[in-house]
This record gives sequence, C-alpha cells and structure tokens, in this order.
Amino acid sequence: MNSRSQRLGFWLFGAYLVLYVSYVLVMAFDADQLKVIGPGGINLAVSVGFGLIIAAFLLALLYGWLCGRDEASGHEGLDLRQEKDRDSTGDAP
Amino acid sequence: MIYEPSSFAIFAFFVFVGITLGISFYMGRQAKSSQGYFAAHGQIPWFVNGVAFAGDYLSAASFLGICGMIAFNGYDGFLYSIGYLAGWIVALFVVAEPMKRLGKFTFADALDARFQSRGIKLAAGISTLAVSVFYLIPQMVGAGVLVQPLLGFPHWLGVVLVGTTVILIVVLAGMVSTTWVQFLKGSLLVIFSAVLTVLILARGFQVADGGADGHQLQQLGPFAALEDPGNHALLTQELSEIDGWKQVAVLPPEGAWKEEPAVGLFVRLKPGPDVPERIWSISSREDGQIQLNEAQQLHTTADGEVWVNGERKGTKKGEPELHPVGHLIALPGGAQKTGALGPLEFFRTLEKSEVVLWPNEKLEHADGSVTIVYYQKPTPGNEILQPGIHPRFKGIQSDEPLDKLNLLSLMLALFCGTASLPHILIRYYTVKNEAAARKSTIVGIATIGFFYVLTLYMGLGAMTSGTLDVTNSNMSAPLLAFSIGEWLFAVISAIAFTTVLGTVSGLILASSGAVTHDLISNALGIELSDQQQVRVAKIASVVVGIVAILLGILFEGFNVSYLVGWAFSVAASANLPALVMCLFWRGTTRQGVVASIVVGMTSSLAWILLSADTFSKVYGLSASDALVPFSQPGIVTIPLGFLTLVGVSLLTKSVGSGSRTSVQMENPDE
Repeated sequence: MNSRSQRLGFWLFGAYLVLYVSYVLVMAFDADQLKVIGPGGINLAVSVGFGLIIAAFLLALLYGWLCGRDEASGHEGLDLRQEKDRDSTGDAP
Repeated sequence: MIYEPSSFAIFAFFVFVGITLGISFYMGRQAKSSQGYFAAHGQIPWFVNGVAFAGDYLSAASFLGICGMIAFNGYDGFLYSIGYLAGWIVALFVVAEPMKRLGKFTFADALDARFQSRGIKLAAGISTLAVSVFYLIPQMVGAGVLVQPLLGFPHWLGVVLVGTTVILIVVLAGMVSTTWVQFLKGSLLVIFSAVLTVLILARGFQVADGGADGHQLQQLGPFAALEDPGNHALLTQELSEIDGWKQVAVLPPEGAWKEEPAVGLFVRLKPGPDVPERIWSISSREDGQIQLNEAQQLHTTADGEVWVNGERKGTKKGEPELHPVGHLIALPGGAQKTGALGPLEFFRTLEKSEVVLWPNEKLEHADGSVTIVYYQKPTPGNEILQPGIHPRFKGIQSDEPLDKLNLLSLMLALFCGTASLPHILIRYYTVKNEAAARKSTIVGIATIGFFYVLTLYMGLGAMTSGTLDVTNSNMSAPLLAFSIGEWLFAVISAIAFTTVLGTVSGLILASSGAVTHDLISNALGIELSDQQQVRVAKIASVVVGIVAILLGILFEGFNVSYLVGWAFSVAASANLPALVMCLFWRGTTRQGVVASIVVGMTSSLAWILLSADTFSKVYGLSASDALVPFSQPGIVTIPLGFLTLVGVSLLTKSVGSGSRTSVQMENPDE
C-alpha cells in the first residue's frame, strides 16, 4: 500500500461513515421518515437498508479498481490489471 | 415443538461432515510447519480467501439469529445485517493492508510491529482469547439448537458433536483445512440462501387462520370492554351465548394472573367442567369493544413436568405440542393468495398486508411453576417493515434518552466490531500480499452483502411460513426450508451445521495462535522450535475446543445474535483503539497500547456483566437492579479505549521515540 491508496481509503471510509451515521441518526431520532414510501413502492427503511449494503459493495469495488490502476501503472504491470478485471466480473452475485 | 429426525436430513448431515473431514485429512499432509499451520503458507488464492471470509464471518448468529429475529420481530433483525456489513468497510479501508504488511500470524504481531514489547503481546493475546471465547459461546449454542431437531439428539450431544468435529478439522491441518472448509461453507450458504429466497418469492403469500399443522386459531368476540379486569360476570354471560361455550367459566385472576403483565392482557377460560383451561389474550378493537384471541401456553411445574396448552407435552409426533405458527390474516385488496412475487413486489405486498406476530410473557407462580404465554399480535405490514418492534430496539419508538443511547451503542459496536475480530484479522495472513488482502476483502464484502440482502427475504418468508416454533426463534430459517420441502430442510440444516463448523474452526485457530505465538513464545519468552509450535498450537486448540463445548452446554437457550452482540462490543472496545492508533498515530506508545487493550476489555466485560440484559437473562434477577444505565457498552467503552490510549501515550512519551506510525515505518515489501 502506498500513501495514496491509504488516503483514498480514508476518503471512502469517510464517505461511507457519513451514510451509515445519517441512517442510524434518522432511525434513532426521526424514525417516521423511514415509513415514507420511496422509489419502487418500497418504504425507506427497506430501500435505504439495501442501499447501504449495495453502497458498501460499490465503494469497495471503486477502491479496488483505483488501487489496482495505481499498482498497474507502477511496478506490478499487467498481471494485476487482469486480476482486477476478473474482480469486477467474478464478484457480482 | 416436537421434532422428528428425518433419514434424509441425517444422510445430508453426515455427507457434509464427511466431506469437511475428508478435506481436512487431505490437507493435513500439507501443513507441517508453523507458517503452514497458522497462515496456510500465505498461499491461499485471493478469491478463495474472499469467500472464506464469508465462511468465517457468517456465523450461526447471522444465519439462524438474524433470520429468527426478523421472523419474530420484522425489520429489527435486519439492523444487524446492516451493521455487520458496514463493519467490513472499516476492515477494507482502514486495517486490511497494514495488517497484512505488519503481521505474521496473529493480530498481536501487527500491533507490536513497532515496539517489540512483551506487554503488548500479552495484552493482545489475552484479549484475542477473551473475544474468541465470547464469540464461541453463541456458535456452540447454535450447534446444539440445530442438531436437536435435525438428528433428534439432545442439546449437549449436538454441542459435543460440533466441538469434536471442529477440533479434528483444526488439529489436522490448521489454517489450510480451515480455509477450505470455510470456502465450502461460504459458497454453499450463499447459494442455498439464494435458492431459498427464490422459492419464497415463487410461493408468494397466502392468507391462513393458523400454522402449518392445520390447527385453526380461534377468535371470540366482540365483547363489551372489561371495566374492571377482575370482574368477568358480563364476559361470562356474553361467552355463554356462543355455541359450544354454554358451560364456560372465566377463571378469576389470582397470583401471577392478577399482576403485571398478565392482568388485563390475558383471561383464562375453562370451556367446560372436564376441559382444561386455556389462555386467551385480550385485544381492543377500534370500536372500543374487546376481542379474545387464542393464545398458547407452556407450563413447567416446579418438578419439571412440561404441559402445553393444558395437556402433558408429548414426545412423539401426533401427541400434544405447541402449534407451529406464522400466518398472514389479510392481503391487499382482500385477496386470499398472491402467487409468485417479484423481489420488490414482495415488500409492496407485505406493506399492505396484516401478519400475526407472537410475543410472549413469562409468569412465575408462587408454587415455583412457570407459565410462558405466547399470544397473537395482529400487526400491519407497514409496522413489520419498520424498525422498533423488538425490545432491544425500543429506543427507536420511545423518547427515553437511555433507550436511544443503547441503540446508538449497539450500532456503533456492530460497525467497529468486525475489524477487531481476531478470527477475521488472521485471515489476512493467508494471502500472498497486500493487493491480495484487499481483493479478498472486496470478494468478502460482495459475498457477505449479498447474503445479508437475502436475510430479509428469508426472515420475512419464515414469518409467514406457518412453521415457526414459538419457543425457539433460532430454528426459523431451517423450519422455513421445511415449509417448502423436507429435502430443502435437510440441506439447509446441514449447511447451517457447516456454518457453525466454519466459524468455530476459525475462532479456535485464532485462540490457539494467540496462546502459542503471542503468549507462550513471545510474552513468556519460551523458545519453541517450529515443530514444537505446531504441537503446542494443536494442544491449545483441543483445550479451547473443550472449553467451548462446556460453555455451549451452559448457555443453552440464549438467542445467538444477542450473545454475538457481546463479542462485538468486547472486540471493538479492546482491539480497535489499539489497532487504529498504532497504525495511524505517531504518538502511540507501548504503554498506551497495553492500557487501552486492558481498559477496553475489562470495562466492556464489566459493563455487560452489570447490565439489565445480563441481570434478567443470566442471573435471573430483576432488570431494574442493574448497575449500568443501559445494556450495550460500546458507546462508552470504545471512546474510553481511545481516550486511555491517547492519555497514557501522552504521559509516557519519551523524547525521540514514536516519531512515525507503523504504517510509515514499515517498508512496503515490494
């Protein structure tokens, strides 16, 4: 890991922390907001809950992709880039 | 409920155990060195390691506990799914790569990379052991819970079976076999949960008047409201006008029946002179009248005889037992049946339906007998899809600040706990470099996240399956499978069993690493040859395994996700402050690390032992006597760990030391 990927990790961590904390605070102090029916006819409790899980996955993929790109442009060459490609296809459940 | 073991289930179970042990014997030949035993030579492919993360992490608590909690309380259980997954973000972005670079076998290695201190190894080794043992308890309890209905064995035998199998897996090939067992389990768990979810959606919802055994749950009324809960003259008269209830007697409330919570909630009816009394719950209607709903009762006499619904509980199918439950009483538009549903339509339909939930009240009588009443609570679907039904999440619906703090504390512990669990952290040493550590974490997040999305479908599917056992929420997921088909029940139960095996082997391995590598080799400074290390580690595995078996027997009857919450709180309080600050704060000192681990561990443990939950569920004392204001320690003890570390580090800082963080100090290996 270089300091660049570490910085990137912190930024993405911060982004997710904001999402998670907002959700928990809304739930604790204004739970009625979660009753609102949102997109797809699903209430916000369910859609935001799913959203948090999907957001974690997307941020993880983004991080993997950005770090992989850094490493590929450095010393580890093509090998990693190929592995990264498998990453994005192989993981999608 | 009375369970009868099916031969197919037993067959599936032994096939699974056979395969796992086969893998272990085969791999056993490859793991002779300590590097092989603790870290699988660092040669596990990242994809396999990623799925093994899922196998390691998705414990019995995730599968059985969360599904059970959703099945009985709706959305609340899903909060655990969200919190557990969010914790992986900490693992990926903050600890994954430094852990891999700094450590060798254990979590203590990474903490100690800068200091070479025996104190740190000792403290981290002990906290690893404490967290692992705490986490082992719910896994072993889960094992007992599963084996009971599956094979017809008593709880203790289930625990012993799991314990023995796991000890064999770990002793044979350490991390190599453990990884492959976890890979197998992770894949099977996610694949079959997906299959189960598809089948739930294909089945859709159906209105019913009781559970799967065909027993029709009765409702009586409406009647005039009870002005005085002790005066049943009017109710008796109204009841006797109903066909078949002419000779009814409403028993006067006495003893526990005239106290909270029973008074005004339950009435006891004796339909005729020779018919056993039954309990009915009273619900108010919108028009001010009341309605009586048939409840179920489990009565245990002082000398241990068990009676269900007024009859002696049987031992075989067909004899008296509690009825299985879980039904919908109304669908949108007055429909009786929906047919197959899409993944979003599933929630849209449930939102506008009405489901019967089954809360319970425990009544203790003066003669030492105990009655547990399970009663119907018709609940609109939109409430089920909202947090706040389960007592642990009452902070959501109440205005009580302490309840809110308890909720925030739990959500904080879930977020911080994952990245502090020793059995998860050691998995970073099984891959070859940091890039592989990162990639395997991403695969882990994908696999685990997908599974957690499915938990909501499985839990709600179980809630409406008609097969729930009111006495055992942990059985909800396997019983849901049973409602679809016996073969699926057999497979799901066998997978749930391997779920326990996978997680328990990871935990035992983490503990044995802590004992051998941190405590004996480093803290006590006893020189061990490579071969001796492996031998000591195997002995430690056996000992920890036996301790786990004993605790698993002692803690029978606990909801497993509740116990896992404890482990997360202790892990987050003891390990996370030290790990994060060591990696990223220059001013951290040796003494600061030791102090934060000790303070975090003891304060969170003490908090749990003094909490209302433990008072009522473990000691059998009144919850109001508890010495701490709320049950979840995280929100106090995690910051306390950080403060201790910073405070002690500032006090013990010497000139010229600690100028760089571990991350900066260690040269990347490339």
